[in-house]
Amino acid sequence: MSTRSLASLALLSVFALASCRQEVAQRNDTLLNVSYDPTRELYQEVNAAFAKSWQQSTGKSLVIHQSHGGSGKQARAVIDGLEADVVTLALAFDIDAIASHGGKVAPGWQARLPNKSTPYTSTIVFLVRKGNPKAIKDWTDLAAPDVSVITPNPKTSGGARWNYLAAWGCASRTFGGDESKTRSYMASLLANVPVLDSGARGATATFVQRRIGDVLLAWENEALLAMEQMATDQVEVVVPACSILAEPPVAVVDQVVDARGTRAVAEAYLQFLFTEEGQEIAARHHYRPRSQAVASRYAAKFKKVELFTIDERFGGWEVAHREHFQDRGSFDRLYKPRP
Amino acid sequence: MGNSSMRRTRMRSGPAGRIVRIALTATALLFLFGFVVLPLVAVFAQALSRGVQAWGAAVTDPAALAAVRLTLLTCALAVPLNCIFGIAAAWAVTRFEFRGKNLLVSVIDLPFAISPVVVGMMLISLYGLHGLVGPAMEARGLRVIFALPGVVLATVFVTMPFVARELIPLMEACGHEEEECARLLGAGGWQIFRRVTLPSIKWALLYGVILANARAMGEFGAVSVVSGHIRGVTNTVPLHVEVLYDEFNFQAAFSVASILALLAVGTLAAKSFVSWYSRQRGGNPEDGEIA
Amino acid sequence: MRKRSVLPGFGLTLGITVCYVSLVVLLPVSAMVARSTSGGLSGFWAAALSPRALASYRLTLTASLVAASVNAVFGLIVAWVLARYRFPLRRVADALVDLPFALPTAVAGIALTTLYAPTGWIGKPLAAIGIKVAYTPIGITVALTFIGLPFVVRTLQPVIGALDADVEEAAASLGARPWQTFLRVVAPAIIPAWLTGFTLAFARALGEYGSVVFIAGNMPMRTEIAPLLVMTRLEQYDYSGATAIAVLMLGASFVMLLAVNGLQSWSARRSA
Repeated sequence: MSTRSLASLALLSVFALASCRQEVAQRNDTLLNVSYDPTRELYQEVNAAFAKSWQQSTGKSLVIHQSHGGSGKQARAVIDGLEADVVTLALAFDIDAIASHGGKVAPGWQARLPNKSTPYTSTIVFLVRKGNPKAIKDWTDLAAPDVSVITPNPKTSGGARWNYLAAWGCASRTFGGDESKTRSYMASLLANVPVLDSGARGATATFVQRRIGDVLLAWENEALLAMEQMATDQVEVVVPACSILAEPPVAVVDQVVDARGTRAVAEAYLQFLFTEEGQEIAARHHYRPRSQAVASRYAAKFKKVELFTIDERFGGWEVAHREHFQDRGSFDRLYKPRP
Repeated sequence: MGNSSMRRTRMRSGPAGRIVRIALTATALLFLFGFVVLPLVAVFAQALSRGVQAWGAAVTDPAALAAVRLTLLTCALAVPLNCIFGIAAAWAVTRFEFRGKNLLVSVIDLPFAISPVVVGMMLISLYGLHGLVGPAMEARGLRVIFALPGVVLATVFVTMPFVARELIPLMEACGHEEEECARLLGAGGWQIFRRVTLPSIKWALLYGVILANARAMGEFGAVSVVSGHIRGVTNTVPLHVEVLYDEFNFQAAFSVASILALLAVGTLAAKSFVSWYSRQRGGNPEDGEIA
Repeated sequence: MRKRSVLPGFGLTLGITVCYVSLVVLLPVSAMVARSTSGGLSGFWAAALSPRALASYRLTLTASLVAASVNAVFGLIVAWVLARYRFPLRRVADALVDLPFALPTAVAGIALTTLYAPTGWIGKPLAAIGIKVAYTPIGITVALTFIGLPFVVRTLQPVIGALDADVEEAAASLGARPWQTFLRVVAPAIIPAWLTGFTLAFARALGEYGSVVFIAGNMPMRTEIAPLLVMTRLEQYDYSGATAIAVLMLGASFVMLLAVNGLQSWSARRSA
């Protein structure tokens, strides 16, 4: 028995090693884009378009792999060794984390590409039941006692952090910067939340599929996608007068591209997002393009909203995270679920 | 033994016995229906909600096929390892007395008690880029986390106790008199195992393997942490289900999930066939049979 | 307490077992424990015993205990029926017991939520009489019952199958009533396996994540289970906080497993 079991053990481990060796061997012509949840459809199309243009200009074929998940979780995977050539995440905070934990991305990454390295933007809107029975028009309506609000948990979801900050920023504008009024508004808004899903897509399913809640706070691109993919007869989008400018950034992972020799293609890939063609694809997938020319073509789709950025209202992600989402931050203090 | 005990049960049962029997059977079936059948039906109802063709399309999608391949490969590596381990552990634990035995048995059970998420986290704190041995392995070009070895390791961890756990109570209950007889008659270790022990534990062993296999195919939490979610490369079937679900493609998600359910039902059907076949051959397959 | 055995293979099998266990289980566990104390011992306790963590332990323990108890009762009935009686669809029922293993936990969670949400097949009638299941502790218990069932059935079934019906026959023919036969003859033989099944179901429930997050609603202090809290800490790059809770959970379930295995070998020795 001993010789047999040892032989099979040895065989299996050789097999396992061989297969991981093989993965390392074939590399130059692949690119791994580690991204967050709602960009699957967007990057499927971007990848196909870029691979084609790369082949035309260099004659080399290119395979682009995609990985999606919660933005924070994806950033952590890259920190722990996931070999991403480029990261395209939900918040600058998460790419900053990659830069500060082990330095896989060089500091100052945000200045390397136009528009603070965000090729497209989005904002936070409301998804309500067909006909808007609770007459939800703006942020203040969300705090009414009979309204039930669906938003994911800001502790685990990047999207939920945008939701939270959008509500906070707009309320503070409505109350003329009165901090205590803003806090009590946020407390009554959070008291209206019956379920805190762990991710944005889970929250969308809770709202649309399980029909829980009167209003879902969602990214504009998510809301439009949900309308497109399911249940257009059951829900509709309401765009508030005020909202936050969500800027999902992109970056080349310096240590990985230098080790793999893929810097040129990785940089070209991200540049492609800023081209006319890349902007067009982003707009088709419900992201607000940076390019004025493309934006004017899709003017009907993206309603005019008064947008504020996180830098001007909250002083950047570092500060916003510390004040609102860390332990004993404003979320922990204001969130008291109904018994 | 199965047949004879059945006959006796029938013989013994008067009217009161029959009522008890029917009541127990009904309770068991009702419980199974409520807790197991209904969720399964829900999966298939969703999977077939857009017809068989949509189901077929979802199942034969290249990314789905790649996920199936990865899952099967993972099982082919993890299950035999745990099988060898399970037999060795059960033999050591039930045939000998030694100090620290309870501790050892508890450690064998430990993977059941550890949250799969934590399993993934442990592997990352060991093999990750900032882990204990990760940097050294990375320097030699060996990649564990976010590649096949990580997926296999996570699966091995999670399914480790199944075979051992299945064998230990049975081998405990069987006792070791027969093996000792064989020993006194001059049989060697391998011979005793093959001729005496294996025949009486083979069904429990098969059960253990089937369970380990089923769990290996379905493992989600641990694999999710260490896989890296690269579509078509490191996504196992359960991860692919999650991906599809997150793409609002509920029908495809449930379709791919139904493959896993079908695979499980298939292995169990195979097990039934094996037992039926060996009965046809006129062997002594009922020994230790449990189903 | 060391007994000589004539059987061979002690060194080999124990060697394989210990090596394997060390490589697969102990090495990663110690890596994690090392990490949890990197923030100092006071940081460890502060993270592991925060009010939110305590609330999540309470919920996780209660729901797991209830689920394991339900499984202990119904699992025994199912195992008994499957091992002893012949009826139509027995093999189908037998195969179904393993489904909670085979179904990926995330799919199980989604399926259960689909069933028990206020719009679901079961959730709707229950909601009509005022019982909410999904997004409450009841929903968590339902999910934990689902995943724990095979543990009890599959540990009991071989033992019941191996029981000699002759002894029960004899007891019955000596005038024992069925419940007497069960208590005096059957119960002593199956109690070790029963306890094992219960413990495994309980321990598994403590750590379950995938199926619960969908049905729980994840509200801090109310329906947030301990493994979710670990995930939450991880998302915030708080490794030592996450590992602190994980290590505490791990320690608790290990002590429990140790206790039950000790109890079991004690009862085996007494009956021997």
